Amino acid sequence: MNKPIRRVVVVGASLAGVRAAETLRAEELAEEIVVVGDEPHQPYDRPPLSKDVLTALEPPEVGLRNAQGLDVTWELGVGAASLELAEQTVHLTDGRSLAYDGLVLACGARARVLPGTEEMARVSALRTLDDARSLRAALVAGAERVLVVGAGFIGAEVAASCRSRGVEVVMVEPLEQPLVRVLGAAVGSLIADLHRSNGVDVRLGVGVDSMAEDGVGGKVEVRFSDGTIESFDHVVVGIGVVPNTGWLDGSGLTIDDGIVCDETTLAAPGVVAAGDVARWPNPLFGELMRVEHWEHALDMGAHAARRLATPDDQAGPYAPVPWFWSDQYDRKLQLAGRVLPTDEVVLVAGSVDDMRFCALYGRDGKVSGVLAVNMPAKVVRYRKAIADGLTWEQAMSETEVKEPFVVGRQG
Amino acid sequence: MRVVVDFDLCESNAVCMGIAPEVFEVRDDDFLYVLQEEPDESLRPKIEEAVARCPKQAISIED
Ligand SMILES: Cc1cc2nc3c(=O)[nH]c(=O)nc-3n(C[C@H](O)[C@H](O)[C@H](O)COP(=O)(O)OP(=O)(O)OC[C@H]3O[C@@H](n4cnc5c(N)ncnc54)[C@H](O)[C@@H]3O)c2cc1C
Repeated sequence: MNKPIRRVVVVGASLAGVRAAETLRAEELAEEIVVVGDEPHQPYDRPPLSKDVLTALEPPEVGLRNAQGLDVTWELGVGAASLELAEQTVHLTDGRSLAYDGLVLACGARARVLPGTEEMARVSALRTLDDARSLRAALVAGAERVLVVGAGFIGAEVAASCRSRGVEVVMVEPLEQPLVRVLGAAVGSLIADLHRSNGVDVRLGVGVDSMAEDGVGGKVEVRFSDGTIESFDHVVVGIGVVPNTGWLDGSGLTIDDGIVCDETTLAAPGVVAAGDVARWPNPLFGELMRVEHWEHALDMGAHAARRLATPDDQAGPYAPVPWFWSDQYDRKLQLAGRVLPTDEVVLVAGSVDDMRFCALYGRDGKVSGVLAVNMPAKVVRYRKAIADGLTWEQAMSETEVKEPFVVGRQG
Repeated sequence: MRVVVDFDLCESNAVCMGIAPEVFEVRDDDFLYVLQEEPDESLRPKIEEAVARCPKQAISIED
């Protein structure tokens, strides 16, 4: 076994950072571990923020279980301000500095904001516990009409959660279908249908031109790109995230839509990155990727921690098949793989009309991904097969059902 | 070692099944079945992995 690293600093006290710290401790890879997190809260989990936190009668417990009792030094409510690679030192926002022998960068991503809305109390993103609490408070206080800007996964989940509370929801999406750049037009239109059938007013090809808070009535007046003007009690903006790399500008690390690492997750000697902030060449897909999924943050956090303690010539690549889930109404969507909107899509089980199905995505002769709605076991099996290099031909020869994926078929 | 699943929390994401199919199975009815409640000690690393990677933090190990 290698000698433990003397002192590891972890920047980011969320999923990836906590998992890295837990791994370093459990596997005795480090002596001293300091976890720096700029949020004032104990480490917490984000997926419930758009789901149970909004819908449950009592707000649920969201603390990360593996952070409790973890033997590390927590520096919470203080940020990392800059990094000096040559000195192996992280400078903090409160003026202190931390020297390290190993550094884990797990500083995640933040929600993109619509310019001009930063100061509006009734317009918020949904990324942090504070965001979720303020939206919940608005709903509990009796918000009757909510606008969701962006029909990505977060927006779609918020729309579903608001509908389950009986709130009127308008969801606008500037593109022609929800998630069209992720899942393609056919699956995107299915998501639009799911929300419409649950009473969401889904408007596609519509964006927001401007917003103004009306202090007296407590409403937000919104001017849409189609010229209409309407008012809402609350607006939730879900237009994607940006990696938190500003504090690393000038550090010498390669920053390009995230912290760029090698295939082992190493960003520089003694420095690894993990989770939403990390971009690395995944050898399984031959692509430099950054993944914004829960399980990925955990796994890459663990991998990066081990990488830090492994000599260069023994370090292996990080080669996962990305996987995530999204809960909307009583439907569970799961996607494993790396799909493109231009991929071929074939239904291999279930039925689109019942909104319970499994579909395969393929390109270049390979299965690139599996999407399922309320069919989790299928995803598990195909995900393994994708990791093993399942070819399109093989997959098609093994499945009984294979229909082109079309939505809104007649008869 | 005893595997305990909090079925009030479990949402059948089936991550555990991907890690330890000997112990966890999500069937076509979408429900999770624990195939062995007291699995052999040799399965501990896999089950610990399943505990850590359950999105609902619904699995625990009782010794
Ligand atoms: C509302 C919501 C719902 C989600 N639902 C799902 C889902 O259903 N399924 C799924 O697969 N994924 C889901 N995700 C995505 C998943 O939560 C993220 O992929 C995951 O949180 C990424 O973890 P991370 O540790 O890499 O980064 P983050 O969770 O972003 O954490 C990074 C932390 O670092 C802190 N930080 C940033 N800069 C600094 C600095 N300079 N110094 C100190 N600290 C810093 C940040 O404040 C933050 O606390 C959801 C995300 C959100 C927001």
